[in-house]
Amino acid sequence: MEKRKYYQPEIETMPREELKKLQSEKLVKQVKHVYDNVAYYREKMDKMGVKPEDIHGIEDLHKLPFIEKSDLRDTYPDGMLAVPREEVVRIHSTSGTTGRRVIAYYTQHDIDLWEDCCARAIVAVGADKEDIIQVSYGYGLFTGGSGLHGGSHKVGCMTIPMSSGNTERQIQFMTDLGATVLCCTPSYAAYLGESLKEMGYTPDTIPLKAGIFGAEPWTASMRKSIEETLGIKAYDIYGLTEISGPGVSFECAEQGGMHVNEDHFIAEIINPETGEPLPYGEKGELVFTCLDKEAFPMLRYRTRDICVLNAEPCPCGRTHIRMSKPMGRSDDMMIIRGVNVFPSQIESVLLNEGFSPNYQIKLGRVNNNDTFDVYVELPAEQFDDSVKTIAEKERTLKDAMRNMLGIGPSVHLVPPKTIARSEGKAVRIIDERKLHD
Amino acid sequence: MGIRQLSVFVENKKGSLHDITDTLAKAGIDLRSMCIADTSDYGIVRIIADDPEKAKAALAEEGHIANIRIVTAFAVPDSPGGLAQVLSLLEAKGVNIEYLYALVTSCPDKAYAVMRTDDRDRAEEILAANGIELLEEKDI
Repeated sequence: MEKRKYYQPEIETMPREELKKLQSEKLVKQVKHVYDNVAYYREKMDKMGVKPEDIHGIEDLHKLPFIEKSDLRDTYPDGMLAVPREEVVRIHSTSGTTGRRVIAYYTQHDIDLWEDCCARAIVAVGADKEDIIQVSYGYGLFTGGSGLHGGSHKVGCMTIPMSSGNTERQIQFMTDLGATVLCCTPSYAAYLGESLKEMGYTPDTIPLKAGIFGAEPWTASMRKSIEETLGIKAYDIYGLTEISGPGVSFECAEQGGMHVNEDHFIAEIINPETGEPLPYGEKGELVFTCLDKEAFPMLRYRTRDICVLNAEPCPCGRTHIRMSKPMGRSDDMMIIRGVNVFPSQIESVLLNEGFSPNYQIKLGRVNNNDTFDVYVELPAEQFDDSVKTIAEKERTLKDAMRNMLGIGPSVHLVPPKTIARSEGKAVRIIDERKLHD
Repeated sequence: MGIRQLSVFVENKKGSLHDITDTLAKAGIDLRSMCIADTSDYGIVRIIADDPEKAKAALAEEGHIANIRIVTAFAVPDSPGGLAQVLSLLEAKGVNIEYLYALVTSCPDKAYAVMRTDDRDRAEEILAANGIELLEEKDI
């Protein structure tokens, strides 16, 4: 059977003029849906004096107010829900800035369009019905597992719902079933590659031929090393729970940027300081507007990822614009082992546990895996002269952080004023990982 | 019974111990004994000094965390197995030792030790009942 080149060719290769027309039609409807059903956003629009009737097409996009992560915190848990609860079939969740999580809601229609996006990503890496897809992203509240899982079903691939962890079992299923496509975080792919190598597998004896890796930053050199160890082509995928999940954009065989699924999401680049839209090709903050979401339709959502958009035609035939890998953040969010972490979350744990917020986060990378250390100044009144009680306090803090973040750092209590300060201000984050080229 | 011990929480890095001893020297503190518990990140310096309150104030002034705790000081029978014998008394009664170190006094022909247990009153009771000499600050 000949493999498909596209999952939805009529949409993925739609001429740009037609695509823009489609976006405009959808945008008008989406804005009206949000204005009619989300009081919080309606107030934002009213405050700016913008009515749904003012939005005639994508040329009016810039008139709409932004949605920021803080808006999602303020409307927790369901202030942005745009349909009656009985229409919702699922939720996913991601970490918020201060420990309050973001809950994203999905109707069946929303799940379908998200899974279509993932199916496009899977076909774009050269996979089709006869392929076997091992989904080693975490399943659960995190969108990684279920997104690629749903996309794999849509394509008709045999899906191995591994979820993350248990490397030995991962390798057993991969080799016994002959998985051809691996979906996980790039650091886990690197780790699996090293484990396979140690077990004596060479690239030509590993059945995989492609990998779809995302949810955390990775460099070109890391891509090369994963490709060599596993004997595959490694492709990038991008997404965020607020917009849907993985598959908001994805790489094609050209490996030259990620195609944004523009029939569902409009991508804009803005100046993060002023909010001013920037032309394609300029570096700035990536902003997404959903076009046909029902339950959780974000308009002009500020991702805080710094990227460049490229509207040049792609040799693969897809007409949708490509975004660069995120080159950094316009806020202080860190991505550690695929998990989003804000310093403010660490701070709230410390305050809850009776510590003062004098801390420092140190990130490093050993064998393509993130190391995560938190140094906390011990308040004088908490000092007891035994090593045991200090170790107990460290463990309590680690457990509380693990509960809040989903990953547990190594916590180190240190004497007061030992955390480096520059110009009197403590340096909160020391990131020694090389995440961007 | 018992004597005051000063504990200081210090970063495990070059020069930390010198900083502490230097601060104490400048304050005119006479050190009697010292013991260091260290981990890769930090150390706890435990000190028996002639004026622990003054020492604590001097260290606090320099931004160090220090506290004072009463620990048990006792004479160790000066013969092989002397310490083991004392510890077996505590062990038998279920008293646990957090740490223990040798105490230097002006009495050179006798051996003394300092310890922190999980129950000081009980530990001292047991030692006293078994004829072990307990020390007060005036004894050192």
